[in-house]
Amino acid sequence: MARAVTNRQKTINSLAAWAVGLLIFFPILWIFVMSFKAEGDAIKAPLEVLAAPWTLENYGVVQERSDYSRHFVNSVILAFGSTLLGLLVAVPAAWAMAFVPSKRTKDILLWMLSTKMLPAVGVLYPIYLLFIQLGLLDSRAGLVVVLMLINLPIIVWMLYTYFKEIPGEILEAARMDGATLHEEILYVLTPMAIPGMASTVLLNVILAWNEAFWTLNLTAAKAAPLTAFIASYSSPEGLFYAKLSAASTMAIAPILIMGWFSQKQLVRGLTFGAVK
Amino acid sequence: MGQIQLNQVSKSFGSVEVIPPLDLTIEDGEFVVFVGPSGCGKSTLLRLIAGLEDVTGGHVTIDGQDATEVAPAKRGLAMVFQSYALYPHMSVRKNIAFPLRMAGLDKAEQDRSVAQAAEVLNLTDYLDRRPGQLSGGQRQRVAIGRAIVREPAAFLFDEPLSNLDAALRVGMRLEISELHKRLKTTMIYVTHDQVEAMTMADKIVVLQAGVIEQVGSPLELYQRPRNTFVAGFIGSPKMNLIQGPGAEKHGAATIGIRPEHIDINENEGLWQGTVGVSEHLGSDTFFHVQCNASHEPLTVRATGEMALEYGAEVHLTPRTEHLHKFDVKGLRME
Amino acid sequence: MATQHSRSAARLMMAPAVVLLLGWMLVPLTMTLYFSFKKYLPMRGDSLANGLDWVGFANYTRFLTSSSFWPSVYATLVIVGGVLVITVILGIFLALLLDQPMWGQGIVRILVIAPFFVMPTVSGLVWKNMFMDPVNGFFAHVWRSVGAQPIEWLSQASLPSLILIVSWQWLPFATLILLTAFQSLDQEQLEAAEMDGARWPQRFVFIVLPHLSRAITVVLLIQTIFLLSIFAEIFVTTQGAFGTKTLTYLIFQRVLESQNVGLGSAGGVYAIILANIVAIFLMRIVGKNLDA
Repeated sequence: MARAVTNRQKTINSLAAWAVGLLIFFPILWIFVMSFKAEGDAIKAPLEVLAAPWTLENYGVVQERSDYSRHFVNSVILAFGSTLLGLLVAVPAAWAMAFVPSKRTKDILLWMLSTKMLPAVGVLYPIYLLFIQLGLLDSRAGLVVVLMLINLPIIVWMLYTYFKEIPGEILEAARMDGATLHEEILYVLTPMAIPGMASTVLLNVILAWNEAFWTLNLTAAKAAPLTAFIASYSSPEGLFYAKLSAASTMAIAPILIMGWFSQKQLVRGLTFGAVK
Repeated sequence: MGQIQLNQVSKSFGSVEVIPPLDLTIEDGEFVVFVGPSGCGKSTLLRLIAGLEDVTGGHVTIDGQDATEVAPAKRGLAMVFQSYALYPHMSVRKNIAFPLRMAGLDKAEQDRSVAQAAEVLNLTDYLDRRPGQLSGGQRQRVAIGRAIVREPAAFLFDEPLSNLDAALRVGMRLEISELHKRLKTTMIYVTHDQVEAMTMADKIVVLQAGVIEQVGSPLELYQRPRNTFVAGFIGSPKMNLIQGPGAEKHGAATIGIRPEHIDINENEGLWQGTVGVSEHLGSDTFFHVQCNASHEPLTVRATGEMALEYGAEVHLTPRTEHLHKFDVKGLRME
Repeated sequence: MATQHSRSAARLMMAPAVVLLLGWMLVPLTMTLYFSFKKYLPMRGDSLANGLDWVGFANYTRFLTSSSFWPSVYATLVIVGGVLVITVILGIFLALLLDQPMWGQGIVRILVIAPFFVMPTVSGLVWKNMFMDPVNGFFAHVWRSVGAQPIEWLSQASLPSLILIVSWQWLPFATLILLTAFQSLDQEQLEAAEMDGARWPQRFVFIVLPHLSRAITVVLLIQTIFLLSIFAEIFVTTQGAFGTKTLTYLIFQRVLESQNVGLGSAGGVYAIILANIVAIFLMRIVGKNLDA
């Protein structure tokens, strides 16, 4: 039973929470504000920045000068490509582990997770070398595969926990009702699994979109997604705050929106079901 | 037709044998209840019949045909699951029609069967709802409806009432019994509740640790339990089982006497005891009496209302013609 | 429910995932291990085709005895430890706060978790330039407005600055997980404790914290694994200068910048061992949860 809370208490809670929330969100808000300011105004004191006129020019400049849209397309291809490819491999595996568990299922799951713990830097050179040998350096195809592999354990794991929630009796009922394996998957399992698969896709697109080790190390101009594109702004000469802000806003906006939808799944996906 | 025969059927999970080889025949049209404590293998046995588990050894024969290797759906059986196992994303109508759809029946025929089943089960008003919008009892009926439309050779029920509250359970019990009387189809029903077994079954199969302890009609089991396990399991409240000198006097290792077969009297009787807790049900009164014949308190039934205070001295007399005698192995002595 | 037929089908269905991950794990791992025992300086003409010289454990000892090693361990420990302490403690308070009834709870929650979705390169650059820049940064303006001398964050206070940036990114994660744990706390337990005479701080210490302990452990372990390999944040801010060269960054420099593959690979093996030690504890908790 939730206890009734006085309005006064609730007001205090709200004020405190909103203050903290805005404080944490402030850098993002500031990026957003800056992106609509002229470059010359952006380096002024905060209050002057706010007072300065608003402009859209940065967005145009970013697009013209550095071909933002190409990197954006790269990000989309890498994030969605790796996730869908991962789904293709993970759905059968997770299905098998959830519905036909054997003594080794648990070990296999844990082993898969353990590959996620492998520090990327430990295998950087071998992958780099393989990419050179296979001509995959700075190619989207190679990166799609790598991103798929690093997120595969999470995809398998999330799908497994979602499939696990589908009661086995329902599948047995379907079998008793005369559904073949194919029909069972088509009419019973898939409709019930779609919400879980959707959240899995969402979270993995986010993770792949923000991946910034392999994308920085294995791409140059051609296949670089937004993570690497933004990194090119780290040159030391000043007077680019507004453009950096515009580029950043465009890079994080789509994923922020997706993230807001996926907050519940985030916990499940990133703790491997250890916290529910 | 729905005659089911188990020949030396056994089941092991890995090295653990949950059901040693057993034989059982279920006649067409019978209502058979598998009853036993949890973990006794009754659900496993049902699933072996359904084909949801592979037998480790032996044969399952349905209507004279060996069905051991036949896929679950091809055995002509329908199952009602403990969790109902309704498809949450389908309406009631689609749930009930699902087996027909899988069998490739045309839409008109599906609709006709669904309408008929809904009529029988009072579900007509709910056909377009989703399972999530139904009460426990209604879901149960949908699960039964999904089984009925297949016109199976036999219905298999896996503890179907255990998720319902007590009042609903009594109602559904009656409905299932009535369904059986009407359809006259073989039904195999698994439960751990001996009251369900006694009230519904034509034939009860008592299982313990995968072994059939006794097969018989409810009254046979009640009146002539084959061993102390069945004696203690069937009947509520339980039969009093007395060991030691009290039993030896009758030439048995254990004697059993049901609560209704002991006369309670304040003045004289065979045994002497002290009244502990009394339970007043109105129609009956049950006394728990600590007495000199037994270490455990005995349960005694008196018809109607009888007032005895806690700690009152009483005398008990068992009716010898209703005494059950068991030997050292716990088997019934004749 | 499994029959023989479905078992073999299941094995077939798992095969692609298992084979892919096995390859992904074994192939590069074997190569790293192989390189770590070799002298491999591609810039000086060493190549796989010409054969590499076997140097035994020389790379391993050189990695440990190099002057950069201990500072990198120190930097790693300070960053990981600092971020862990900050995110867990603030995370508990934030989760507690967000769990209270309030107006606009959904929106506040979104505000709090937003930083998690900001890509590492963006957060690194934005903090570096727009907030920590000693001339034009937001903080510099604030410092000057109260008459103080602006701090050169990333050079004078490089480690605390990095801790601030990384904590900002990971606080949402800790908060969200702890909040989930809070919400699964049985209210009746708290009421029972209240009836038993426990006051609020006692209820927090004796009921709430033990309930959170597993979530806290999970936060600690998962964050440790991810924090041990933070890269982009350092790459776009200090490039490892001013004492921010972590183990991960040091190995990266050895391998790709100075192209001493043998030495870097030996470092990589150390990093893998280190990560595995943390991973074992995490796997235990996750594994236990699988049984439940």
